[in-house]
Order: sequence, then C-alpha cells, then structure tokens
Amino acid sequence: MATATRVTEADRDTQTVTLTVRIKRTQPDEGIVGKWQEFRVEASPLDRFLDVLNKIKWTQDGTLTYRRSCAHGVCGSDAMRINGHNRLACKILVADLGTKISAEPMLGYPVIRDLVVDMDPFFAKYEKIKPYLINDEPPPATERLQSPAQRERYDQGTKCILCGACTGSCPSVWANREWVGPHSIVNAHRFIFDSRDRGASERLQILADRTGVWRCRTIFNCAEVCPRGIPVTELIEDVKRAIVYGSPDVPTD
Amino acid sequence: MAYHKFDVVIVGSGGAGLMAAMQLPNASIAVISKVYPTRSHTGAAQGGVAAALGNQEEDHWQWHMYDTVKGGDYLVDQDAAEVLAQEAIDAVYELEHWGLPFNRTDDGRIDQRRFGGHTRNFGEGPVRRSCYAADRTGHMILQTMYQTAIKNQVRFFNEFFLTDLLISDGRCAGVVAYSIRDGEVHTFHAKAVVFATGGYGRAWSITSNALACTGDGMAVAYRRGIPLEDMEFYQFHPTGIYRVGVLLSEAARGEGAYLLNNEGERFMQRYTPTLAELAPRDIVSRCIVTEIREGRGIAGTGEDTTDYVYLDVRHLGEQKIREKLPDITDFARTYLRIEPITEPVPIQPTAHYAMGGIPTDLEGQVIVDENRTPLVGFYAAGECACVSVHGANRLGTNSLVDLIVFGRRAGKHIAKQLATNDLDFAPLPKDPESATRDAIERLHSNTGETEGPIREEMRTVMMKLCGVMRTAAGLKECQAKIAELQERYRNVRVTDPSTTFNTELMEVLELGNLLDCAEATVAGALAREESRGGHFREDFPDRDDANFLKHTLAYRDDEGGVKALRYKPVTITEFQPKERKY
Repeated sequence: MATATRVTEADRDTQTVTLTVRIKRTQPDEGIVGKWQEFRVEASPLDRFLDVLNKIKWTQDGTLTYRRSCAHGVCGSDAMRINGHNRLACKILVADLGTKISAEPMLGYPVIRDLVVDMDPFFAKYEKIKPYLINDEPPPATERLQSPAQRERYDQGTKCILCGACTGSCPSVWANREWVGPHSIVNAHRFIFDSRDRGASERLQILADRTGVWRCRTIFNCAEVCPRGIPVTELIEDVKRAIVYGSPDVPTD
Repeated sequence: MAYHKFDVVIVGSGGAGLMAAMQLPNASIAVISKVYPTRSHTGAAQGGVAAALGNQEEDHWQWHMYDTVKGGDYLVDQDAAEVLAQEAIDAVYELEHWGLPFNRTDDGRIDQRRFGGHTRNFGEGPVRRSCYAADRTGHMILQTMYQTAIKNQVRFFNEFFLTDLLISDGRCAGVVAYSIRDGEVHTFHAKAVVFATGGYGRAWSITSNALACTGDGMAVAYRRGIPLEDMEFYQFHPTGIYRVGVLLSEAARGEGAYLLNNEGERFMQRYTPTLAELAPRDIVSRCIVTEIREGRGIAGTGEDTTDYVYLDVRHLGEQKIREKLPDITDFARTYLRIEPITEPVPIQPTAHYAMGGIPTDLEGQVIVDENRTPLVGFYAAGECACVSVHGANRLGTNSLVDLIVFGRRAGKHIAKQLATNDLDFAPLPKDPESATRDAIERLHSNTGETEGPIREEMRTVMMKLCGVMRTAAGLKECQAKIAELQERYRNVRVTDPSTTFNTELMEVLELGNLLDCAEATVAGALAREESRGGHFREDFPDRDDANFLKHTLAYRDDEGGVKALRYKPVTITEFQPKERKY
C-alpha cells in the first residue's frame, strides 16, 4: 500500500487539484473493447477515488460504469485496477494517487462493461471449497464453547469481504482460470482452522488436487493488495502445511 | 418477458432477507438482490447484536425489553419489544451454531459489551448485553448467513433491481424486477413476497448509509397504496466521520471513549449524568448540535451542519484500540488522515437508520391500515419494515436483533402458512410488467435535466431542514422543495441508452424512490407537533402523549404527493409512558 501523504481536513477545500484520469472503457453495445479515454476533473486530496468516478459520471459522462455501494471499504463492490494495483476505489484517496490516475477492470475476470467484471466464476470457486460450518453434532442449548486462542486461530480469514482484489492480482489465476484462487483458500482457511468445524478433511482434499493450493507460487501479490490487510499468502501456506501434515493445527483449548 | 414461479420471493439479501430464506427449507424460494449478497448493507454494521445472555453479568430479557421501550420514547409497540428481547437470545445462539465468529470470554462463551441505552435493572446503569465480533459484527452476520444460504442451496438472482409489487384480488401476487446485466424485465409470480430491502439514508447529505440504501422496497410499496409508518422518526447517529459521514461505532463509547467540545469538556456528563456518553443516540446527537450552536464546536462557528466535536479514544490505550476497535480506527486513518491512538477524531451526527417503514404485524405480515388489516402474502422485515420495535428512536445493536428476530418470524410464518395451504398463487394482474416498462421508456425519452442536481438538492435540503432539529417553517420549506424536485424528476432524462449494466438508469430509479421516502418523512414530521425520540421540533420541544402517542401512517396519492396521514394506536402492555431521563 502507498504510504499516507500528510494532508489534513483543512486541505479538503483549499488544496483542490486537477486530475487527468484515464479509464479503460468497454462498451459492448458500441463494440468498444478496452479503449482508453481521458477525463479531466477537479478533486480534493481527501476525495476517495470513488468520489472522482462519481464526479465524472454525474457531471461529464453518465455512461461510465462501475460498481459501488458502501463507499468505505467494507462491502467489496468497487475493486478495480488503479494505477496498476488492485484496490477498492472507496479506500484510496487522491492524495495517494497523484494527478495522473489510470483505472481499468481487474485482470483475470471477464469484463461486462467498463470497470464492471463478471464475478460469477469468482463466487462459484468460493462455493467449491464449502465455505460454511460443517458440524453435524447436535448443538448445545446455548453457544458452542470456543476459547479466545481458538477464536484467534482463524481470525484473519474472517475479515475477507470477497472483493476479488487478491484473485485478480494473481499471476497463477491469469495463467489458469480453473484454479480456485487465493480468495477461496482464505475462506477455506477460515473454516479449516475453526475449532467448531468438522469439515477440514473434505476441504483439504479439494485443495490438494491440481486446481488447489499447489498452484500458488508464493508471489505475494494477493497479500499486498488485500484491502483488509489479510496476510493471504501466509494463510495459503498454512493450508499447504495442513495438507502435508494431514491435519490442521487448531489449538485444543 | 421472463416469467418465474416460486413459492416465496425474497427481495433483499441482507440479514433480514437471508434469515427469512433460512426458515424455508421445503419451499421453492428465490432471493432477488440488486447487489451480490455479500455487498448488502448489513455488512456495515459494527458494534454488536443485543441479547440478554448474561454471559458477563446478570441480565434479563425483561430489562432489554424495558430499555427498548424507553429508548424508543414509548412509541414502541410493547408486544413487539417483548418478542424482540425474548427471541434475541435464541437467534444469537442459532447464528453461533451456524459458525458466527463472536469474540469470546476467557471461559469460551460469547463476549458481551456495553452499548448506549442498554441498562441493568430498569435503568440503574450500563449492562454488558451486546454480543460482538470486534467492530465488524454486521460483516460477520452477513458472511455467516450467506455461507449458510450456500449450504442450504438458496437460489439467488443477483443484480436484479426491484421495480414493482404485484397485487391482485387484494392479495400479493409477486414482484417485477429489472435485470441490471442485460436490461430484461422479469416477473416473479409467488405465493408470498418478503421485502427486506433496507433503509434510505441516501436522502440526506451526511449519511453512514451505502449508496445502495435508497428505500427501494418502501417506495415501491408506497406507490402501490401501502402506507409508510412513522417515517418522521429517522435516526442521526452521533458519531459520523466529519464530512464523510462514515460511521464510527458506538462500540467506541461502549469501550469508554469520550465526546469532547472545544473546551475539552466531556459535555455529555452535563446532560445525562447516569449514562454520559452512553445515552441513546437521539439524545447524544441533539447534545452535539446544542454544543455546536452554543459555540462549543471545535471550530466554534455555531453552524450545526458544518462544525464538529471530538470523539476521543486515546485513553483506552493502543492495545485495546487494536483489539476491540480495529476497523473504525482504520476509517479515521484512511478518510481523515488522523491517528486515533494519539489524536482525537472529528465527528458530526450522520443520517443512519429509519425507525419507520412498511407497517407489519408480529409475524412480519404487512398491514395496510390502522385496523391492522393484512395484505395476504406480503411480508416485510428489517430496516424497511416497521413492526414497531424501535418506536421513536432505535437503541444501538437493536437493528441486528430486529433483522434476525423478525426475518426469522416472517420466514417461519410463511413456512407454516405454506404447510397448511393457507397461501396460494394469486392470479397475476393483466400485463404485469407494463408499469415498469412505461417508467423506463419514459426516462429514456424524457428531455429534462439529468439526475445529479435533483439528488444533491434533495440531500442538502433534507440535511438542513429535516435533520436532528426541525421547525414548522423549515419543514414547510423542505416540503415545497421536495415537491419541486418531484416535479423536475418527472422530466428527468437518462442519457445512457444501453441495456447492459446501465447504472445511470439504476441511479435515476433509486432517486425516484428516495424522493418518495423523503416526501413521506417530511409530511409526518410537519404534522407531528411534538418532540419524541429522533424527531425533535424546536417549536414543540416537549413530548405530547395526549395528542401524539400514536403511529403515523402516510398514504400516497395516485398522482403523487402525500394524500393522507392517518394514525394507529401504540400497543402498551407492561410499561406506562413516563418521562424519559438517563
């Protein structure tokens, strides 16, 4: 992630800059595929890049197409490639992007229109690793007990918002669209290392096959771009170790 | 025309919708959502979900019920509050059984913390009732429910936008939705429809709400003759990030954070000595505005929509901040470039939550009048609904409780009705998609302005004149402005002709929904000449039980505008209204 440039609230109105924003456009109705278009727009250093996109859409070109919802980095809608890195448009400020900014759809996904990609294959891969608690034992009348240490063991994976930034930055995904991708392994990790779950062996079996964890070449792009700060590659290594040792190391209390 | 037939169609894939879906294992169901389910706004909820588990200290659901009623300034329907407080406990355990990663106590139970307005023994002092997962409880609830929905093989229609509710023979027959991907209009024929479509915070300029929170379900129902209840009760959360509106959870104050004015004073101690910063949200927001108006905002300008006060967590220490409040402190770093470990954070009240909405009974069935007449087959749950458990002001953590308790009740009631054959397909109205097609066609052929200015003017006027504090003169001005914007909206033009992922068309349809919700809100606010909970009238600063201990029902005129305001009595069982003091 870029280091934070020092700007303060007071700069919001006084330090406006003129940005040159290049956007890679795809407009299927007009047969336009991946054509760069340049916009000039005024912005404050404290504006999110999403604010800049909104400004272009609302004042210059209503056809500009991108997904967005929460606008503060928790819903995962607006992952895109900004200045060559996958980021959430709502979680990066103009101050950190400079005055010349490029935006394009994430690599590794079919493009629907402009910055919008088809996430269906991404979610299908997520579903493949059984991303839900597997435990057929009848639950107690109250909660299942879990110690703070057991809870901490799988904490990192629970932060995932399924934005797709990791998977879209992974050269192994670009090379082979069949492989499950870092996001699936992160979410498998979240259950494999949960002391309440009984599905670890099923998931490890899925991840041990040729579209599973071994396609990860520890390039670390995924961890670098994760907007939630999840150490994705470490979690993948954790799962690799569980496969090698035959079971995950979950704290017993 | 694409035609689908399901036993149950659920619109909205947040907590309420998914909770309803999970109760229907034997029915054919479809969940329609304008976003991928994990993008739903439930995921933005931070602080926790209240349930009197008593894991940390003595607690009882009756205390939770009392706090809910008092927090809602006695406009709460007490039979609903009883259900909420009682069933919260089971619902939380159910989520835990589905895998929800709650924080844990040392003995392995669900950890609980303090939250505004939640007290022990009927108001004696704060109690640990909020079950939480760091400051991302809503995220965990949404993820866990979506995961469980995958396990249960729920069928999703993602990126489908609700455009119409179908009613025939006095029964609900289904819905119409627009496929964002390819522009096709779809009819969903169903025995039961559940609206779980969320709130409409985007009607205000400073809001914690997602861009998707545009009151779609409320507006669609309202346009089909269903009243909207208590829309004037809209919650302003006290601690939004200055100018951005993004929420800094009440969990910060639950963990001990201070609110400071420009004299460095913890001013809440002066207003509510027992609970101080943990007073309910309506009160804290009003106190902030009062401080600002009296010149004690940090900038000292006296201007309540542009000045701010501080939220201070520094004394909590780095470790506690990192463990308990990681996300919200990250928001301050990202959006204000402030390090909360060493600096106080500028905050201002932010439009947050609709206490009102589509009126329902305890089973989630939509009711259409003051006699509680149900519209058979039509249900609503969550923020878009008004049952009413929040009355005039919702307590923190009670929104997630509302979703899981009443989403579940709606689902269970439908399951029961289906099992006994008490629900059947109503015939579809003739040409069910015509209203949708006409509306879209008109937007493409209109020659007026584009939507941007209309939306921004609406948000500004709502913030200024229908915000934390209101007056008759301001509301009348606001009403006239909204009427003018409605008029301009009739000619609004969509410049993008595409049928592929036309987000401009979506935004214009959403703006229409927001305007309808705003119109009902302002009408209710103007007529309610008293102050209660989240609705504060400077010209009528006291609560007036003799005239206004009743729910507002706003009906729309077929030609547009509010046709009539009618009123429905409040259900009072255990707790007689008394002065609300903390």
